[in-house]
Amino acid sequence: MTTTYLERLLDPWREFDRMSRLLNRTSSSLSSEYPAVNVWVNGENAVITTEIPGIDRETIDISVSGNTVSLSGSRPSEETKEEESYHRHELWHGKFNKTVKLPFNIDAEKVKATYRKGVLHISLPQLEADKPKKININ
Amino acid sequence: MTDTVKEVQKKEAELEKGVERTREVRVYTPSVDIIEKKNDIVILADMPGVDENTVDVTIEKDLLTIYGKIEPEIPENHKLVISEYGVGDYQRTFTISNEIDRDHIRATVSDGVLKLVLPKAEKEKTRKIPVLGNA
Repeated sequence: MTTTYLERLLDPWREFDRMSRLLNRTSSSLSSEYPAVNVWVNGENAVITTEIPGIDRETIDISVSGNTVSLSGSRPSEETKEEESYHRHELWHGKFNKTVKLPFNIDAEKVKATYRKGVLHISLPQLEADKPKKININ
Repeated sequence: MTDTVKEVQKKEAELEKGVERTREVRVYTPSVDIIEKKNDIVILADMPGVDENTVDVTIEKDLLTIYGKIEPEIPENHKLVISEYGVGDYQRTFTISNEIDRDHIRATVSDGVLKLVLPKAEKEKTRKIPVLGNA
């Protein structure tokens, strides 16, 4: 739809509308946070994979509530001594916290997670039960 | 319009001009830390999905190349609904100087992180050139 400059000027709501659309788009995008996730669904089961190399598995925390999965963990930065210097410093360090919403409620009892070769793999079967539960990594 | 979303994106590796791949896979440039220590240089590379059997470290002339081969694990009968990252091999090449003792480079992989320790050669640590006067 094309509008003239005058029309836009006379309709302040249009600009407001455009801005809120923009904002919504930004906040609904998952890619703003570390780590990036891939989500696979087959109707009654979902699989979330994420690449989090170098994470201390003791710090990985997966919690499930309703249809929401929260992942957190941390990767401490290397301690450097005085005579050491960085030529490249590209690796991600810090604490992450990421939430993924699935199209169904999750059976927290049956969630399975593995962390191998720096890749976290979580299998989440569907259920209507809604109780939050913490899942430990095997 | 430019998106202001800050993405944690994997960078695809660039091919040299005129070179083509023979495998139908994406190749990413792994992020690295390169730390110079007193007696060695340490390279840490994030290569999730790689283990000691699927990573190659090669040295040819002054080029040290790391290559990690990935077998993508696709859950059976599942459809990908959110895709924030791609899966593929990793490759990155570094130049190394004569200062490095090439016979004693050590490589280990742990939780998808490749660690290379490049020791500095003993005799190359410092070399003093005598300056002669014109007597």
